[in-house]
Amino acid sequence: MPYNPLLVAPMRAEMTHMGARELTSAAEVDAALGDQKGTTLVFVNSVCGCAAGNARPALAHALRHGVRPDSIVTVFAGQDIEATARARQYFAEYQPSSPSVALLKDGEVVHFIHRHQIEGRPPQAVAADLISAFDRHCGAVV
Amino acid sequence: MTVVVSGRSGRTYVGRYHEQADRGLVMHDVGVHDPDSAGLPRDAWLERQHKFGIRVDHRQLVLPADEVTDIRRLGAVIS
Repeated sequence: MPYNPLLVAPMRAEMTHMGARELTSAAEVDAALGDQKGTTLVFVNSVCGCAAGNARPALAHALRHGVRPDSIVTVFAGQDIEATARARQYFAEYQPSSPSVALLKDGEVVHFIHRHQIEGRPPQAVAADLISAFDRHCGAVV
Repeated sequence: MTVVVSGRSGRTYVGRYHEQADRGLVMHDVGVHDPDSAGLPRDAWLERQHKFGIRVDHRQLVLPADEVTDIRRLGAVIS
């Protein structure tokens, strides 16, 4: 059963304030990820305090880096059930976990961070992983 | 916290540590490696769980205390 929307509203707001676009339906997910070109970061949001409480600040920090994905989208696990299920179809080789982060380039997953790679680590360490992935996959080709 | 539990039986369990209770170690979303039936050696299986996420065999699992020989963070086993 989804949490009270009032309870998760700050967690949604944290994402939109950092520039992520919320996807709340399968149609919105398909529009964002279907036939996708360039780089897109998909953040699977979660109410989990120990991991998501680190993951959101980590992403906010990483997005201040000079190199970043072309677009940032988010689905909320346990809240936007349909959208989350559809988003996971775009990285189906990875087991579902939340929070998690998928970085896609031209529709292919090039980097994935699972919940177990977030929990117990400081946001700065998770941000460093993200920044490293941005530098490898999102930079201009010269 | 996602942990790797080594079992006296030879099995390896990967999942979220919930609590140590009288009935045993309680874990959630657990993948199990059984050397008698697994398609991959233990280390390769652990690498796969780390890279692609935990393939869940049990939503909740209670391990008797005498089965548990070692507990480590997955991130400490594979980084």
